[in-house]
Amino acid sequence: MRAIGIILAGGNNHRMKELSQKRAVCAMPIAGSYRSIDFTLSNMSNSHIQKVAVLTQYNAKSLNEHLNSSKWWDFGRKQGGLYVFTPVVTADNSNWYRGTADAMYQNLSFLKNSHEPYVVIASGDGVYKLDFNKVLEYHIDKKADITVVCKDMEPGANVERFGTLSMNEENRIEELEEKPLKAKTNTISCGIYVVRRRQLIEMIERCAEEDRYDFVRDILIRYKDVKRIYGYKITDYWRNIASIEDYYGTNMDFLKPEVRNYFFKQYPDIYSKVDDLPPAKYNVGVNVKNSLISSGCIVNGTVENSVIFKKSYIGNNCVIKNSIILNDVYIGDNTYIENCIVESRDTIRANSTFVGENGVKIVVERNERYVM
Amino acid sequence: MIKKEMIAMLLAGGQGSRLGVLTSKVAKPAVAFGGKYRIIDFPLSNCINSGVDTVGVLTQYQPLRLNTHIGIGIPWDLDRNIGGVTVLPPYEKSSNSEWYTGTANAIYQNLEYMESFNPEYVLILSGDHIYKMDYEVMLDFHKARGAEVTIAVMPVPIEEASRFGIMIADENKRITEFEEKPEHPRSNLASMGIYIFNWKTLKEALIAKADQPALDFGKHVIPYCHAKGAPLYAYEFTGYWKDVGTLSSYWEANMELIDIVPEFNLYEEYWKIYTKSEIQPPQYIADDSVVERSIIGEGTDVYGKVYNSVIGCGVTIGKGTVVRDSIIMNQTQIGDGCEVYKAIIAENVQIGNNVKLGVGEEEENDTAPHIYNHGIVTIGEKSVIPDGISVGKNSVIFGVTSAADYKDSYLAGGKTLIKAGEE
Repeated sequence: MRAIGIILAGGNNHRMKELSQKRAVCAMPIAGSYRSIDFTLSNMSNSHIQKVAVLTQYNAKSLNEHLNSSKWWDFGRKQGGLYVFTPVVTADNSNWYRGTADAMYQNLSFLKNSHEPYVVIASGDGVYKLDFNKVLEYHIDKKADITVVCKDMEPGANVERFGTLSMNEENRIEELEEKPLKAKTNTISCGIYVVRRRQLIEMIERCAEEDRYDFVRDILIRYKDVKRIYGYKITDYWRNIASIEDYYGTNMDFLKPEVRNYFFKQYPDIYSKVDDLPPAKYNVGVNVKNSLISSGCIVNGTVENSVIFKKSYIGNNCVIKNSIILNDVYIGDNTYIENCIVESRDTIRANSTFVGENGVKIVVERNERYVM
Repeated sequence: MIKKEMIAMLLAGGQGSRLGVLTSKVAKPAVAFGGKYRIIDFPLSNCINSGVDTVGVLTQYQPLRLNTHIGIGIPWDLDRNIGGVTVLPPYEKSSNSEWYTGTANAIYQNLEYMESFNPEYVLILSGDHIYKMDYEVMLDFHKARGAEVTIAVMPVPIEEASRFGIMIADENKRITEFEEKPEHPRSNLASMGIYIFNWKTLKEALIAKADQPALDFGKHVIPYCHAKGAPLYAYEFTGYWKDVGTLSSYWEANMELIDIVPEFNLYEEYWKIYTKSEIQPPQYIADDSVVERSIIGEGTDVYGKVYNSVIGCGVTIGKGTVVRDSIIMNQTQIGDGCEVYKAIIAENVQIGNNVKLGVGEEEENDTAPHIYNHGIVTIGEKSVIPDGISVGKNSVIFGVTSAADYKDSYLAGGKTLIKAGEE
């Protein structure tokens, strides 16, 4: 592959509410067995990008634990590898990453010391499959300076939280707005870019000189009439998990057979860290309907239309409906949970009831765990 | 100079012919067990959990599956700069090239491998038992007793003792006598086929007995060491240990895993069993399905009903299908409206719609009743069974079958249908 990868995994996001207290958004568990960064990492690995930097600064503990070895995604070769860059104090810098462009500026040596001619930049919170080789081919074909991966959202979709753009008939981007109050189009940027490495270095250095820090605002939008910026439209599944509703919806999407088939059965695969958990176990009196159950779970009660992540225990006579139970949750007997997201490593006492009314409720229960 | 205190040699070359078609194409240690594991995962995980990080795996019979499973040992953390896992097949020598002719002969042919680690002790293991054991504790026992050879033993019911190699030990657990499958056993301590040797003792014995045809630990090496007066000790193990050498014991051991609190607990945090996981997604249980008293591996889709069964990874169980008391291994696809009763279905099998396995009365198997019994239906790997077929108890199917292979869409109980050589 003629590109290196940069994954922008930095952000906290207040729209994720309590769930982002513990972890960066890109470490959010997805679809029972994955974390959101797995999708971008696997896409890069499957596109034969061998050298990938993950730029992160907000509460990276969970992310660092997840990335403890690069071998799960088949990185860790003599050529290239997986690097996690957090802000560091140096002789001439003691700032946090002040924005996405600043994050890249502070790691400019990574860009400068590589020899690959192109860079694929992607955010770490997207759930999608994409062959970056195709985007790169398109980029070269269009003689573009920057290629932005974009997607048409359904009419009426709430696109005001994305960057929206419009293109001419040659797919050159003419207008680009970041989180507009009122969007003019329903084509959104997926936060995935291909750019020539030297071009990127030049733009980032100039940006830093002018005390500008944001890749979208200070590079894409500012340069859109000067540089050749093209859009590459994708039509397959793509979602990002910037809010609780998106997070809940993305997980629930995996209950649909076509989504599961696309991500789980079709080549290439999405990889994640291997946890070495035993098979899921179902005891007597279990009633599971339309749900995803992950390895290491022990199920005793009723589970409907839910996603149960790894290593959870569901007690006798429990009812779990339309909910997401994150990793390693212990749910005591006779508990009723509906329309909730239960935070990982929670311990829920027997006979509890949690119901999300007017939207999804986030359950954080830090009780002492005596069992197991 | 490299120095490893104890290295392990894992004998994984056997066919395990009493597992019938399950081992037609794979060595017994590579046979799936417990939903997502293979039998060899248990001794390999025991090694790394016991701090033994150098393991030679001796292969001979059908090693492809085994080789790809072990790879460079990543799942067991046995990819090491020094040591780690090494697969040791028989190899050609300038004179007398031969296969591994016996357990000890296989070890003898790899003296050079062991020598290169300059070990103090060598642990001999076999790749066909299900158990969790801390070999470090056994080594401590070995050292404390000043033994030259320690044999792991476990108490068995005295009426079954005549099936095993029996050790007779004094009150200090020093072995005074032993008998191979005695008619009238004088003790109930059965050898588990797990030995710790002082390296010097092992090397000397193997070289001294090198010319013995089919050199075997139980028959030749241990008696030789005993005759020389080397101190032999019996290390008594009382945990779960299961030989899965026959189809019925294999079936039983799998079924024990689905008990509410199984005797053999896979959910223990500090003695994990590792395996190569190729399939990672969660499993999906559909709207009309029922799952009870079962364990199910990753990426499996259940649209039907599953009771008392052990299901592997990447399996599909179709709508309206009922699976009871069965073992289904990785990547097998079962169509809609099937009834599967007490069957062992190997990997990558394709079963059509409305197939019934295990119907009618129990009939004795016509070709190998000592292998296929207890009413179990056995389907070999990559077999294909077309729509609408009914199959009786104690029967065997292996290979790609079509409707023409069955009379009136029926294979009677105890019949064997093997279409070898066709893929």
